[in-house]
Amino acid sequence: MSRHRLAVFWFSATLAAALLMMLVPLPAVLKPFKPYWPALVLLYWSLESGDRVNLGMAFLIGLFADLLDGVLLGEQALRLTALVFIALRFRSRLRFFPMWQQTLAVLALLLNDRVLLLVVRIFAGDGVPPPSWWLSPLVGAALWPFLFLLLDDLRMRLRIS
Amino acid sequence: MPLTREESSPLFAGTVAGTLRLLAYLALAMVLMVLDHRNGWTWRVRYATAIVVEPLYRLAGAPSAGLHALTIAFAERKTLTEQNQRLREDLLLANAKLNRMAAVAEQNVRLKELLDTQHSLELNVQLARVVGVDLGPARHRLMLSAGANNGVSVGQPVIDAHGVMGQVMHVLPSTSVVMLITDPAHALPVTIERTGLRTVAYGARDGDALSLPDIPMAADVRVGDRMLTSGLGGRFPPGFPVGTIRRVQPSATGMFLEASASPSADIDRSEDVLLLHDQAEPIGPPPPAVPAGPPAELAPAPAGQPSAAAAAVSGATP
Repeated sequence: MSRHRLAVFWFSATLAAALLMMLVPLPAVLKPFKPYWPALVLLYWSLESGDRVNLGMAFLIGLFADLLDGVLLGEQALRLTALVFIALRFRSRLRFFPMWQQTLAVLALLLNDRVLLLVVRIFAGDGVPPPSWWLSPLVGAALWPFLFLLLDDLRMRLRIS
Repeated sequence: MPLTREESSPLFAGTVAGTLRLLAYLALAMVLMVLDHRNGWTWRVRYATAIVVEPLYRLAGAPSAGLHALTIAFAERKTLTEQNQRLREDLLLANAKLNRMAAVAEQNVRLKELLDTQHSLELNVQLARVVGVDLGPARHRLMLSAGANNGVSVGQPVIDAHGVMGQVMHVLPSTSVVMLITDPAHALPVTIERTGLRTVAYGARDGDALSLPDIPMAADVRVGDRMLTSGLGGRFPPGFPVGTIRRVQPSATGMFLEASASPSADIDRSEDVLLLHDQAEPIGPPPPAVPAGPPAELAPAPAGQPSAAAAAVSGATP
């Protein structure tokens, strides 16, 4: 029972940390390089313990993220739901990919996420963003192996399934 | 570990139910976005859930505040001494100027009393601190650590020591969000200080600058001209510095001159800002002037109401 509770606590703590990391400002020079943390953490959990994550939860997390920092209510909910759906659909294959292939898959997922965001922005009447806007998925994918190993190591230490 | 094929994650084909659920969630998200785009719900929901949201903003702002405290703690003594010296000199200069201005201001007040105008040179301001929070893609926004509980209201002008920064856009109980004048959605009525030309400064689409896209071809605008708020529009009081013209060129259509300007406020470096409390002139035409004439007690005692009315009519139509 207490192990289960620890697992739930650890799961929500990583997500809360991801949301906070999204809010923490970076210096103006580094700003385009900021990865989309909630997507990365949610991806990790949907790959490693897929029964914990479902579409409704992704939607709710996205709504909360929108509440914290968003232009439109529902924008991040849409992006995270789509991301988690694809990750869960291909979970069995993604899990057993070697790391470099998994990283490429994550890059594709994050780029897809940016395209979705671009579509929403253009529908909302914003202009086309500068080229540096596309750097964030690359940084996210580059960070993926480290994030994956770190979270996996911590999960093993805490013995969470 | 036995590898079982779960129903929720099949190797090749997905279930129809899963896809239907995805479509339902996507549709729900789109409905929310459209409703929000039309009605601006986000800030109302944020206000309602402020008790959860605001502590998170404070928490997220803590690293930048901590970094600032660290730079002060580890700054060299020499740097601090130099800075102190510079501030002292600035204060001396400012005080000297103020003393000279005091006489002029007093004279100005007396002259204005003679003219019977209500403009005042005094400022009713409130100091607010900038909270370092990344407000996502909206980078021309700033979060302040004062909100509805401190008397902040939507539309209040925000200035710093050098000029106009923007206006309050959203208010939460103890924080508020400022739209900067460099936001492409912001327009600010300005006058060119040298010529008195009135125009509108918009936020530039690229970078932290202002753009003045519709100056008449014949107007005299030069690089280096300073812009002040004109007070038109009723939101910003007149006479605050806005920026300096950096470039003037004919527009692509050839109908207007286009200028770009750099804001005079430290848009991305300010840590403390001032919120102006007195709004500018009330919106709308001024109240009708009271007709001047001899005092009422000098008027001849009216014999009767009808005759007075008749006298007024006959006086009005000679």
